[in-house]
Amino acid sequence: MTELAETQPMSVRSTGWRPELVPLVLFAAFAAAPLLASASGAEGYVLSLLTRVMVFGIAAMSLDLILGYGALVSFGHAAFLGIGAYSVGILASHGIDEALVQVPVALAASAAFALVTGAISLRTKGVYFIMITLAFGQMLFFLATSLAAYGGDDGLTLASRSLVAGTGLIESDTAFYWVSLLCLLGTYALARAIVASRFGRVLRGAKENPVRMEAIGFHPFRYQLAAYVISGMMAGLAGCLMANQAEFVSPAFMTWQRSGELIFMVVLGGLGSLHGAIIGAALFLLLEEFLPEILHAASFMMDAGFRAHLAENWKMVFGPLLILIVVFARGGIIGLLRRGHHG
Amino acid sequence: MADTLLDIRNLRKSYGALAVTDDVSLAVETGELHAIIGPNGAGKTTLIHQISGMLGSDSGQILFDGQDITRFGMHERVRRGLARSFQITSILPGFSALENVALAVQARSGSSFRLFGNAARERGLNEPALEYLNAVGLGARARLPAGLLSHGEKRQLELAIALATNPKLLLLDEPLAGTGHDDSQRVVETLRRLKGKITIVLIEHDMDAVFTLADRVSVLVYGRVIATGTPKRIRANAEVRAAYLGEEETV
Amino acid sequence: MTTTLLLVQALNGIQFGLILFLIAAGLTLVFGVMDFINLAHGVQYMVGAYLVAAFSAWTGNFGTALLLALPTALAFGLLLEVLIFRHLYDRDHLDQVLATFGVIVFLNQAVKFVWGAAPLNVPVPEILSGSVEIASGLLYPVYRLAIIAAGLAVAGILYGLVSHTRVGMLVRAGATNAPMVSALGVNIQRLFMVVFGFGAMLAGFAGAMVAPILSVEPGMGDNILILAFVVIVIGGVGSIRGAFLAALLIGLVDTVGRTFAPSLLRVFLDPATASQTGRAIAPMLIYIFMAAVLFFRPSGLFPAKR
Repeated sequence: MTELAETQPMSVRSTGWRPELVPLVLFAAFAAAPLLASASGAEGYVLSLLTRVMVFGIAAMSLDLILGYGALVSFGHAAFLGIGAYSVGILASHGIDEALVQVPVALAASAAFALVTGAISLRTKGVYFIMITLAFGQMLFFLATSLAAYGGDDGLTLASRSLVAGTGLIESDTAFYWVSLLCLLGTYALARAIVASRFGRVLRGAKENPVRMEAIGFHPFRYQLAAYVISGMMAGLAGCLMANQAEFVSPAFMTWQRSGELIFMVVLGGLGSLHGAIIGAALFLLLEEFLPEILHAASFMMDAGFRAHLAENWKMVFGPLLILIVVFARGGIIGLLRRGHHG
Repeated sequence: MADTLLDIRNLRKSYGALAVTDDVSLAVETGELHAIIGPNGAGKTTLIHQISGMLGSDSGQILFDGQDITRFGMHERVRRGLARSFQITSILPGFSALENVALAVQARSGSSFRLFGNAARERGLNEPALEYLNAVGLGARARLPAGLLSHGEKRQLELAIALATNPKLLLLDEPLAGTGHDDSQRVVETLRRLKGKITIVLIEHDMDAVFTLADRVSVLVYGRVIATGTPKRIRANAEVRAAYLGEEETV
Repeated sequence: MTTTLLLVQALNGIQFGLILFLIAAGLTLVFGVMDFINLAHGVQYMVGAYLVAAFSAWTGNFGTALLLALPTALAFGLLLEVLIFRHLYDRDHLDQVLATFGVIVFLNQAVKFVWGAAPLNVPVPEILSGSVEIASGLLYPVYRLAIIAAGLAVAGILYGLVSHTRVGMLVRAGATNAPMVSALGVNIQRLFMVVFGFGAMLAGFAGAMVAPILSVEPGMGDNILILAFVVIVIGGVGSIRGAFLAALLIGLVDTVGRTFAPSLLRVFLDPATASQTGRAIAPMLIYIFMAAVLFFRPSGLFPAKR
């Protein structure tokens, strides 16, 4: 019985009514945040942090679509973030500030990259796929660093955020927050629809038993490629938002470490649960943001020099933390919630 | 002279020096139930893999309904009406029994590139799926996750899924393997009911079932067909008896 | 002269390729025999470099430093195996990727913690310093020739071990069908340790050898790890011969390609654009090459498993 609980019986769940509390609570929290932010006194900081959370939430969700539901371990997903970001940056540096131009270009570029690399990568199996997506991601990273005209290694600063239909709508942090939330809701709804659709069912079936799917007349490759392209486009959108959030574009957005972090966000939240991916992204970024502080506080009995040194090297705690979570927290946060629900 | 639905011509498959399928030629007629028997290691499953498209062949031809499908992938063959079941049960354990069959119905019901709409609630898929489940006696277990079914029930589900693809020819790889007496009776009954309606190629070790159901029998030994004929003739064939001498089952 | 440049770059390419081979060999075996994807393999390379840097500073002699660094790198690799990797063999690839990723994050930071972020300097050993004239007008650094020699020697030893010893045979068998080898009664746990330890030592050796000519810094193993993956993917997982040929190919494509891409492009484009495009494409060449190979041969050039 336990074994089955871990195989994510999505199909069984969707045939009955299930209280979808978690995503409701999640989005309500995001909606309430700006009010709490203005009360906190550090409005700019909170909004900026939460916007980043939402943007990574979109990226993590896009990865969950192919990783959680398709079992495709893509270790090059940060490349799409880069494509989205650089679409904004490159067009802006040529005087094209309009989001209604930048976003379609980003989506098209992401789709093209996904189509070409996916067509090659998806013909391979298992570990090969992981290594190849890693390599393609790296390839794009190097391309970005060698684009001297667009900042190369140092990156490109945006003069301002993109114009939306000619207006400076997203110049203000609050407005940008709401736009990002809208994008998050939109992509969440899209992803949910896809998963429950005929297409999504084929994808999920191919994850469980690809031979069986072929034996009933489906060619998994086509569906996986389509999913890969959709996923890439979603992450490309996230990249556009990221560029606008930071008002800065750099190859650092698309390192392979960033790709690994995206995988980690999805796993942390729970594979095959879209709102889980958002939660995973939130936890990861909050941990990244506050772990140095936590370490600093926790080492109160040590001398100042050591404490500073420890806080600086917070990644030394982060690494083992990742390992422990992988080893012990099967099913991520959503898994824990489900177990609590049944137990 | 009946129509030949499946025409296998000089099929070969070798692994290095070992010829697992050694110049096999076989013609299966429309509407017949053709059994393939042979001692263990004769290459029966390999042959099924080659016919269904899971394995490529080194040389030879496979003609189905007049068309050369030798180079086709498995899914393309299924689309043309050539379905199979697996010796080791291959289902989707996380999906319900109903959804397992519904997916097979979905494969032949229009495009699956629909990104919207709830597939699990499509009546047009669920109703036919339930019918197939009822046909194999699994109607009552439709909503259960397939992984929770008993072994015998899973074998029946395999059959239901294969039937749901609406095949012209069904390749069954040891459908009775590992089933107890009751379950195997049920499968034999189902196959008896299907006889004549669908062309069936049956690989089996259970000789009772083979001789009850088969119109014709082919015997495969070391990758070669040593005899083809009615069950009576095969029983009497000296070469066949010799091949089975080390493996007395119930001949 | 362009021919001289070509020769120099070809030699550089071979040298780079051999270093890649040393790293890829361990990786492909570990993957082939244990079905274990080890992202932290690049860290072994980095550790080898840091160890030789530390011992070199301590003893003042590169040779001694190398002799001390190798067993230490081996011990370190085995420590990681016992503490962490061993528990991951049964897990799926995703878990392995995440856990070994965590190891990289930790070790890259640990190395920074101990030695600081600035690159360490390791002086080239006296006897191997300077350049030698290997053809008229062609000077080439002695140390790089030493690396080539060492790389070829190790490749030769590895080939001998894998093809002509019992352990090598078990390793080759394991790479084609690990469960079968276990079923035959071989102590698979010990075989894994041997394979893993050996691979770790090879990577450490590679790191130690390049320490004098590259910067020894945190994260130096990361990019070369990805290149090692490309080598394995092109050569075929589990195949030492494949890794050797692929590594050399990649080394050559990278070095020769980078130098000559702008010149080649000048045939089609004007000098300014050619040079700009050339510089943008150069780092991508290996990956384009990989994509091309995989397009025709999704399992690589010499896959061990069919």
